[in-house]
Amino acid sequence: MADNERIKAGRLNKSEIDEGFLDLHPPLPRSEALIEADRCYFCYDAPCTIACPTGIDIPSFIQKIRSDNIRGSAHTILSENIMGGMCARVCPTEILCEEACVRNTHEEKPVEIGLLQRYATDPILESGTQLFERSARSGKKVAVVGGGPAGLSCAHRLAVLGHDVVIFNRDSKAGGLNEYGIAAYKTVDNFAQKEVDYILAIGGIELRNESPLVSAGDLDKLRKNYDAVFVGIGLGLSNELGIEGEDLPGVENAIEYIADLRQAADKSQLPVGRNVVVIGGGMTAIDVAVQSMRLGAENVHMVYRRGPDEMSASGFEQALAQTSGVTIHHWASPARIVGNGHVESVEFKEGLKLPADVVFKAIGQALSAEGYGALQQDSGRIKVDVQQRTSIPNVWAGGDCVAGGDDLTVSAVQHGKIAAIDIDRQLRKT
Amino acid sequence: MADLKTSFLGISSPNPFWLASAPPTDKAYNVNRAFEAGWGGVVWKTLGEDPHIVNVSGPRYSALHSNDRRVIGFNNIELITDRPLKTNLDELRQVKKDWPDRALIASVMLPMNAESWTKYIPMIEDTGVDGFELNFGCPHGMSERGMGAAVGQVPEYIQMATEWAKQAASVPVIVKLTPNITNIVPPAKAAQDGGADAVSLINTINSIMRVDYDSLTMYPTTDGMGTHGGYCGEAVKPIALNMVAEIARTRELAGLPISGIGGITDWRDAVDFLALGASNVQVCTAAMVYGFKIIDDLVDGLSNFLDDKALTFDQLVGKAVPSVTDWQHLNLNYIEKAVIDQDLCIQCGRCHVVCEDTSHQAITNSVDGVRRFEVLDDECVGCNLCVSVCPVDGCISMQQLTSGNDPRTGSAITEEKLRWTEHPNNPMRKMD
Repeated sequence: MADNERIKAGRLNKSEIDEGFLDLHPPLPRSEALIEADRCYFCYDAPCTIACPTGIDIPSFIQKIRSDNIRGSAHTILSENIMGGMCARVCPTEILCEEACVRNTHEEKPVEIGLLQRYATDPILESGTQLFERSARSGKKVAVVGGGPAGLSCAHRLAVLGHDVVIFNRDSKAGGLNEYGIAAYKTVDNFAQKEVDYILAIGGIELRNESPLVSAGDLDKLRKNYDAVFVGIGLGLSNELGIEGEDLPGVENAIEYIADLRQAADKSQLPVGRNVVVIGGGMTAIDVAVQSMRLGAENVHMVYRRGPDEMSASGFEQALAQTSGVTIHHWASPARIVGNGHVESVEFKEGLKLPADVVFKAIGQALSAEGYGALQQDSGRIKVDVQQRTSIPNVWAGGDCVAGGDDLTVSAVQHGKIAAIDIDRQLRKT
Repeated sequence: MADLKTSFLGISSPNPFWLASAPPTDKAYNVNRAFEAGWGGVVWKTLGEDPHIVNVSGPRYSALHSNDRRVIGFNNIELITDRPLKTNLDELRQVKKDWPDRALIASVMLPMNAESWTKYIPMIEDTGVDGFELNFGCPHGMSERGMGAAVGQVPEYIQMATEWAKQAASVPVIVKLTPNITNIVPPAKAAQDGGADAVSLINTINSIMRVDYDSLTMYPTTDGMGTHGGYCGEAVKPIALNMVAEIARTRELAGLPISGIGGITDWRDAVDFLALGASNVQVCTAAMVYGFKIIDDLVDGLSNFLDDKALTFDQLVGKAVPSVTDWQHLNLNYIEKAVIDQDLCIQCGRCHVVCEDTSHQAITNSVDGVRRFEVLDDECVGCNLCVSVCPVDGCISMQQLTSGNDPRTGSAITEEKLRWTEHPNNPMRKMD
C-alpha cells in the first residue's frame, strides 16, 4: 500500500494502538467464572449444545468449572472441538450457543458460555497439558491439504485415532484464517500459534508449510501415496466488485490487509488511510473497519447493499463497529470508484458519495479451484456428503471450501472431525 | 404496622427477635451494638464456672458456601465465654441498666452437681437478668467435660439440672435442647418435668465441614488436627422446624412455650418457626454472616406480613401446628397432578430429565417432534419433584383432581378420606 500523506503509518502512537488492540473480551477471573457458571441451569438435551456446530456438552463443561475440575472441563470441550480455545474467542456465540440459552427467556441475559469456555481451556493450552492419547498405530497415512481449522481438526482427530498425518499448508504458518484472517483484538498474544502448537503436540502430524497444491497432478499423487486425502483449502480468491475504478491504487482486498496487520510486528508501522470505505456486510468487513479505526483512520464508512438484518455480521459485531466509530450505511451498492492515479471517492447507485483514500473490498471469498477440477462442485464450492466425502473416492473435504457451510471456524472444526471419523472407519475396513 | 411487642414468659421485648447465646452476645460492646440496631433481646454468651475456659487461637468457624460464596451452612468449635465471670456479671448489670426495655437472658452451663447451681444462679440473677437459659446443647468441647450436649442427650440429667436451676432462680428458666438425639420429645418432656418455664431449640448439630483437598486432612484444623463442631445456618432450618413442630403437637407438652432457633435469616424463616409453635425466635448465624442490620428486614418484614394477613402476632403463633400429623393419617384418596404453565416455561427440561431418570416418567421432552414439556397425567403421581427443581417460580404447580377418575390408576376420585390406618393393604389396619 502506498505510503503518502493520505495513507500513512503512525497516525496514533504505539500506546494508543496497543490499547485499541487489547483483548476484546478479557478472560474471566475465577471468582467471576464461578458466579457465571452458577447461572447455568444444566438443561436437559441442552439447547446450547444443539446450537453448537461441534456439539460441545456445554452444561457438563460448565458444571466442571463449578467444581474446580478445570482439566475435566477442558476435556469435555476439546474432545468435541480441539479448537475450543479459538472458538471461545471468535465464535459468534450470540447467534449460536448463547442465543439458544434458556436464560434468554427468563431474564434476557444468557450464560456467558464463550467466556466460560475460554476460562476452562486457557490454562490447559497455557500449560500444554495433553488431554488425549493416541490409539495404537494403524500404519495408515493421511494427507491433509490446508493447515486451517478444518485441516488441523481433521489431522488431530486422525492422530488420536492412531493414523499418521502430513499437512500440506500453503502459508508459512499453520492456522489459516485464525492466523491471518481474524481481527487482532479477538486473538491476542499469538494465541493462534499456541493453539497450533498444542494440536501438533499430540504427535504423528507432520506439518509442511509453504507447500501449496497447485495442479491436478498433485491431487492424483496424494491419492496414490496416501491412504486418504482431506481437502481443507479454504477460499483462496476474493470476490471482485466488477465496477469502474476497481484497479485504482488504494483499492484493496480486506482479507489481505488483515493478514498484513496480523503479521505486523509493530502495528504503528502499518499504513492506514484517512478516509476509509469498506464495501461489505460480513465479519471481515467489520474486522477491517474496526481495525482501521483503531489504527487511526479519521473516517471509516462501511457500506452494505442490504439492511442490518441481512448482514452476516452479527448484531454484536455491528454494534462493536458502531461503538468503535465506524459509520454503517445500508441499502447502498457501489456504482464506480473515482480517482486520478489513486482512489479519491466511491459513488453509489443510490446517490451516496464518500471520499476515500482507501477502499476495502469485503464482499466474500471464492474457491480457488485450480488443481481441484476433478472434484465435483456445487454453487462454486466443493460438493460433499454428510460424512464430508467428495465425489472422488478416498478424498474428503471440509471448511469454507465446501458447499453448504456457514464459513465459521467452529463449522470447519466440525467438518474436519466428521471427516476424520469417517476416514478412520474407511481405513479400518481395508 | 402490626405490633411486634412480645412477652415471652412475662419477659417483654419490643420485638420477638433475640440474639441467641453465641459470639454476637459475648460482651457488652457487641450487645450494645445489637440493641442500637434494634434487636429485641439477647441471650448472653454462656457463662460458666471460674476459672474460665480457654478457646483455640486458630480457626473456630468454617462455612458451606454456594458458588458465589453465600454462606449456606456454618460450623463452629468455639466454647462458652472465655472471660472471667466477674467481667461478664459487671457488664450484664450495666447493660440491663442501660437497656431496661430489652430482654436480657443469661445462658449458663454448669457441672452436674447441685452445689454449683446453688452457688452461681443467684450470683448471676443479682445482675438483674430477666431469665436464664440452660445450655444443654453445645455439641463440641464442653460435652467432653460432661456438660452441654452431654446433659441434653440424657433426659434424666436434663430434669435433674433443671430442678437445681429452678430451685435457685426466681426468674424464668428456659432449657436449650440439643438436636443430637433421635427423638426430641423425651428431652423436652424432661425439661418440663424439671420445672422449665420454656424450651429453646435447636442448638447446633455435630458436624465436620469438609476435608482440605491438598493435605487430605479435615478442614479446618488447629495445628494439623481438627474436631467436630456444631452446624447451624440456613441449612439446618428444616431440621429445627421439625423438632419445634414435634414439641408443639405433642399433647403432653401442650402449653410449654418454645423459643425457636435454627437458621433464621429473614422474616419468612421467623414465620415458619412461629406458625409451627414457637412464640419467639433467636438468631445467630445470619447476624454473624451479615451483621446486626438484618434486624430491619426481620422486624418490618414480619410486621408487613401480619398486616397483609390481618393477623396479630399471637394469632400467628402455632397457626400451622394443626396441619402437622403422622404419615399414617394422610389422606391416600387425595390426588394432585403437576401442571406446567407453558407461557412461563423456559424449556430447560430439568423437570423432564429428573422425572425420567429418578421418578415416574411423567413429563414429555417433545410433542409432535417439537421440544415441549408436558405432564402425562396417566403417569404423574403428584410427587412435587418437578416443582422443586424448576428454576422458574410459579411455572409448575400442583393441582388437585376433584372429579372423574385418576388417569394413572383408573380409580374414581372420591371425597371420602382413606388413611393408611384403614387402608386395605395395611395388615395392621383398624377394622371397624
